[in-house]
Amino acid sequence: MNESLLLSLLIWAPIVGGVLVLFAGDGRPAMARMLALLVSLVSLLLCIPLYMGFDTGVADMQFVQQLPWIETFGIQYYLGIDGLSLPLIILTAFISLLVIIASWEAVNERVAQYFAAFLMLEGLMIGVFCAVDAFLFYVFFEAMLIPMFLIIGVWGGPNRVYATFKFFLYTFLGSVLMLVALVYMLLKGDSASILAMQDLSLTMREQTWIFFALFAAFAVKIPMFPVHTWLPDAHVEAPTGGSVILAAIMLKIGGYGFLRFSLPIAPDASLEYDWLIITFSLIAIVYVGLIAMVQTDMKKLIAYSSISHMGFVTLGTFIALSMAIAGNTSGAALALEGGMIQMISHGFISAALFLFVGVLYDRMHSRNIDDYGGVINKMPVFAAFSVLFFMANSGLPGTSGFVGEFMVILASLQANFWYAFLAATTLIVGAAYSLWLVKRVIFGEITNEKVNHLKDINGRETLVLSSLAFVILLFGIWPDPLVDVMHESIYKLVEQIQQSKLTG
Amino acid sequence: MMEFNTSELTLLIPEMLLLTMACVVLVADLFIPEQRRGITYLLSIATLVFTAIAILRLHDGSAIATTVIMNGAFVRDQLGDVLKLCILGVTGIVFVYSKAYLRERNLFKGEFYVLCLFAVLGMMVIVSSANMLSVYLGIELLALSSYTLVALNRDSGVASESAMKYFVLGAMASGMLLYGISMIYGATGTIDFQTMSEVIAAGGANGMILSFGLVFVVIGLAFKFGAVPFHMWLPDVYEGAPTAVTLFISSAPKLAAVAMALRLLDFGLGGLFEHWQQMLIIMAVLSLMLGNVVAIAQTNIKRMLAYSTIAHVGFMLLGILSGSETGYAAAMFYAITYAIMSAGAFGVVILLSRAGFEAETLDDFAGLNRRNPWYAFVMLSMMASLAGIPPFVGFFAKLQIINAVVDVNLTWLAIVAVIFSVIGVFYYLRIIKLMYMDEPTDEHPISPRVDMAAVLSINGALQLLLSIFAGPLIAVCVIAVSGIPG
Repeated sequence: MNESLLLSLLIWAPIVGGVLVLFAGDGRPAMARMLALLVSLVSLLLCIPLYMGFDTGVADMQFVQQLPWIETFGIQYYLGIDGLSLPLIILTAFISLLVIIASWEAVNERVAQYFAAFLMLEGLMIGVFCAVDAFLFYVFFEAMLIPMFLIIGVWGGPNRVYATFKFFLYTFLGSVLMLVALVYMLLKGDSASILAMQDLSLTMREQTWIFFALFAAFAVKIPMFPVHTWLPDAHVEAPTGGSVILAAIMLKIGGYGFLRFSLPIAPDASLEYDWLIITFSLIAIVYVGLIAMVQTDMKKLIAYSSISHMGFVTLGTFIALSMAIAGNTSGAALALEGGMIQMISHGFISAALFLFVGVLYDRMHSRNIDDYGGVINKMPVFAAFSVLFFMANSGLPGTSGFVGEFMVILASLQANFWYAFLAATTLIVGAAYSLWLVKRVIFGEITNEKVNHLKDINGRETLVLSSLAFVILLFGIWPDPLVDVMHESIYKLVEQIQQSKLTG
Repeated sequence: MMEFNTSELTLLIPEMLLLTMACVVLVADLFIPEQRRGITYLLSIATLVFTAIAILRLHDGSAIATTVIMNGAFVRDQLGDVLKLCILGVTGIVFVYSKAYLRERNLFKGEFYVLCLFAVLGMMVIVSSANMLSVYLGIELLALSSYTLVALNRDSGVASESAMKYFVLGAMASGMLLYGISMIYGATGTIDFQTMSEVIAAGGANGMILSFGLVFVVIGLAFKFGAVPFHMWLPDVYEGAPTAVTLFISSAPKLAAVAMALRLLDFGLGGLFEHWQQMLIIMAVLSLMLGNVVAIAQTNIKRMLAYSTIAHVGFMLLGILSGSETGYAAAMFYAITYAIMSAGAFGVVILLSRAGFEAETLDDFAGLNRRNPWYAFVMLSMMASLAGIPPFVGFFAKLQIINAVVDVNLTWLAIVAVIFSVIGVFYYLRIIKLMYMDEPTDEHPISPRVDMAAVLSINGALQLLLSIFAGPLIAVCVIAVSGIPG
């Protein structure tokens, strides 16, 4: 197969597959389900040649495909991946397949449209990670909102309309400001490619404006305190599959945006304002962690936990700046790698946690912690998985949750003791809310009569949960493959942020 | 004295053909019995097709040179040809959509087609005008036909009222325009755009009189666009007119308005750029604000789309006020895509209406996805495109405008524009919400005739296709505006 077509195939196979599923129609749910499964399976299989063909020794874009699109502005259909995007693409394909399997029976209404929306979303998200042209990136970045808007709004909970509007308008407001910044750079540098924008020479004033415009887009997406308030609403109202995709992949696009755009395009402004983001990140880690503890709704608790964990990603990303300038290249790389690994790991763990809620919700139709208790008596296999996932969420060594957090804490210790001190409190707070939830839901006496009628997970659910458990443990014990893939790109990024745009 | 060269007439063939055919339709319709009215419809479509062919025939493959004929009254250039073809195309779409609607309401009469064809002729004259007189002639032909079209349903009180309103305000705007034209004529001694720009460039005109004239001309122009604060007629006319007529006046005339602005402001009064730019900035910002904010409060879909039009006019003005070729091309692209989107949106409104029932309130869209997923998707494309959400073509229209505005160092205007378009997203999303997230209150099956079904589907698909093939269309616009003389 022609190497340069692989990325296009990865993007368009799910989207075309989604259209086919739509044609299957809501009247034939079985066929729609099978077709969706097939398409998402093919997408995941396409990741194998991608991974095999990826050269970990190179920091440049690989699998490049470049076609003219809007020639008047120099906008191209320009795809390519490096070590930052490859893991996220594989994560997307993997989680999307699991979501399709997990939603098999949970959704019975307008089945074809549901699965089609997820498949299109998958293609668009992969597109975000593959785009090298800034405007192509923007198109994918925004186009994602429509299927997600429908997923939350059509198949969501009782307050779904409020939540989905909030989600859409928040993210849209952030991203239009980014659009203006991108147009500015397009005109200044006469090129729409992100790589050219990274090399574009900008004054401090320009960098500051651009930095905050990009910040508006990515901080909302990730989401960072204080613009995180859309996330709990969206998560609570979204159907299980929607929550999984939102937490596992969409939030990562914010983190990816910081690494791909903010740091290399505006390194000096990023350094200038890193205190701001570090402060927000630490607030997210500590304060939002405490908010998570008092939640009575399981999904809300996990949503706040997600915000807290994404605080590690932004912390790792932005402590790298001062270290890189100070000449501590390995420390900076450690922080960035920690952030990246945290993103991938949180992708698996948050997916697992939302699926955990989904399994219970399908049976009990309640997300309220107080309605549960003693689930282990009726669902022992499920309980075992749950304990593992919540342990991973609290950063237990041996799980992937530990690796990223540990690397970020280690790196922040090199930057500033107090950063590390505050970040490390998550090991206590995170453990507290995770384990307390396990105690109240899984263990204890059966107080609710309904719990007595629970049936343990079936083969399909076991398959989904065990594959997540497998990767969480795999990367917890052996994160090397992940580190190898991103190593070169991370070092290139460190070089980019060491090079001030003001002097050069 | 005036010379008359018959070879110049060949360049006028499309207009002459249209005029002749409009008269033929008028006369032929008298002899066509009620039940054969379809012939009038086919004849009108054929007129549009033949006029389009005539325009294309005048091209000999390559880009045509700008030619001013009829003693400076008429200019034939790339810009004119592209816009004329678009006007004809959009009008064709309008004819297809409106057929069933008119038939069900006993409005399926020859007058509708004749008036529309005359309005199209008026637009073509505006698009090709090279002096003030032909602009005015075109505007009046378009406006008088439009007033009558709004009042087409003479038994309807609302329609008559809005036609009256439209007429009174329109006549006032024409008066303003004419007053401005007379002042400019007084200052420069010419009505010809070419000479006018030369006189202004040479500094041979009285600045005070010229500025006053410019103000009145801009007011007249703003009225035709429907820009704030000269927008009052727009919501009432959109709401009061039969939907088929709203469909027409909301789409094609916007193309003519952009052409008129380019001809008048750039070709004729380009020397006063600093003056009219200031005025347009104020009107553009006000239009973006008022259009987007007030649209949120509407419960009637036609009124909502009227306010949305005002907001879109704000965007078009942004392109024009940037004063660069990039900006003009952006405004032109915006107008073309807007006309297509607007036609599609009103097309769906017509689709939901049936004999004895007007789909006018937003709630009529509730549960459309359950009633017919395909047309719900078509409407979704239209709404997302109007909102400027990629991958739909409306995004590329907005992108170009932002690009043009940032290019002339008016970045703050770009930020204002995008912020208000976020506010605007809300009411477009509300339609999507109604269609997808609510239960239908009306269970009537939706079964359009095959011609309407086909055109509406293509119209929906165009929202995506035009963004995939945005490159060539943008290139056409850029070439077109580069040919504006002056």
